[in-house]
Amino acid sequence: MSDSHKDNELELDLFLEAIYRKYGYDFRSYSRASLRRRIQNQLERSKLDNVCELTHLVIHDESTFIKILDHMTVNVTEMFRDPHFYKSFRENVAPQLKSYPSFKIWHAGCSTGQEIYSMCILLKELGLYDKAQIYATDIDHQVLEKAKKGIFPIDTASLYSQNYRESGGLYSLSEYYTARYDSIIMDSSLKKNIIFADHDLATDQVFSEMQVIICRNVLIYFNQSLQDRVFRLFSNSLDYGAYLCLGSKESLRFSSCHPFYKTLDNKYKIYQKTGQHEAFPLNRNNEDSSE
Amino acid sequence: MNVIIPKKTEELKKQNELIVIGTSWGGLDALSTILSPLPEDFPLPILIVQHRPRNQLGSEFFIEILNRRCQLNVLEPDDKEHIQTGNIYLSPSNYHMLVEHKGALALSNDEPVHYSRPSIDLLFESAAESYQQNVIGIILTGANQDGAEGLQVIKAMGGYTLAQDPVTAEVDTMPLAAIAAAKPDAILPLKDIASFLIKLCKN
Repeated sequence: MSDSHKDNELELDLFLEAIYRKYGYDFRSYSRASLRRRIQNQLERSKLDNVCELTHLVIHDESTFIKILDHMTVNVTEMFRDPHFYKSFRENVAPQLKSYPSFKIWHAGCSTGQEIYSMCILLKELGLYDKAQIYATDIDHQVLEKAKKGIFPIDTASLYSQNYRESGGLYSLSEYYTARYDSIIMDSSLKKNIIFADHDLATDQVFSEMQVIICRNVLIYFNQSLQDRVFRLFSNSLDYGAYLCLGSKESLRFSSCHPFYKTLDNKYKIYQKTGQHEAFPLNRNNEDSSE
Repeated sequence: MNVIIPKKTEELKKQNELIVIGTSWGGLDALSTILSPLPEDFPLPILIVQHRPRNQLGSEFFIEILNRRCQLNVLEPDDKEHIQTGNIYLSPSNYHMLVEHKGALALSNDEPVHYSRPSIDLLFESAAESYQQNVIGIILTGANQDGAEGLQVIKAMGGYTLAQDPVTAEVDTMPLAAIAAAKPDAILPLKDIASFLIKLCKN
């Protein structure tokens, strides 16, 4: 490795360490390639020459940090994103859920909530909503507030409706929202079994005895070591026979937890936990030992 | 456009470890021409960004056609997929594909670059970051400027850079932009690129 490469990495490490020590957000184990690019964009927006200048600003000015935080995480989401995932959920997961008197779903990294409401609609149409307790978590307080409100721009409605139809929806998506001015407002009956909460997958602990964990397009932002921590966290949180749903390009294959799961849908990444194990330790022992 | 004949390949014998290719309009035919002659034991893994619509079916069709035409194995990687010789990794539509570190890929939903996701620039920059001078970067036919900056970065890091001769490109915008920005080590007609790569990578 060249010296300049090492120096750049050092600058980046110090920046992430500063954020962690000052504000408690842990980006140290995020996937480096895209994080580097996001910080580069931030430098251009702030008209700064190097990461050290940004580090200085972040340490001494909380408002800068709050602005940056929005750009450090990616909040790309839509209702019924990857419609065929919901179809697959209907086929692979719902039949088992029907046999339970009640069940718990953890939606980790729920962003602004579109995918939570999608799942609630699906559960309603399957007649399962009243048996469900849904935990919706995200690291970012601002997006959680949006998720709680369930108000989305009206220009997204046609894409959402099309996704809903492709997912195998029974009615019309407009049955589940009220349009007002330039917004759609999700029906409050969808919210009654959802609990919204802050949760950082990098540092926080388990939600126990889940029957389903949904975590889609979140893990791609983490490096291998942090991904593995999250898979251990999920494994500790899932009951025997429970389900894990990932983004369609995320895989359990590269994790040490893989042997404890059966793949139900390799394309839309639905797994079932079929192995028994003791609780996995959640500390990480390679690049950062500060946990 | 004058074709630049590469220097004698003996002079180029660095430790090449990875090939990255970027293309958009006209890419399927151009990729087929280059990739189909490469033998099963071709020594370097190949990463490709091909701009294409986000529709899932189109994507599967694309992989299927390339697989039928190639001796190497063509696949769309999952996030954190290990980079292995014998494989050609095609960026999934609607995701950026980046090199996470030597030997591993990462995908992302970050915002488009040059209106493109996947972006050639992001793949090339991240490949140069991790593989330094041991990358071969290639820009083929295409209708926008994506890839020009990325090729420049590969060159600045000491990697080997190559553009398709724009005269032989279905759309010449992309190779022209790359040539202007990066002044690549070689500019070759489409039909000559495969045999050149085989020579370049024979160690």
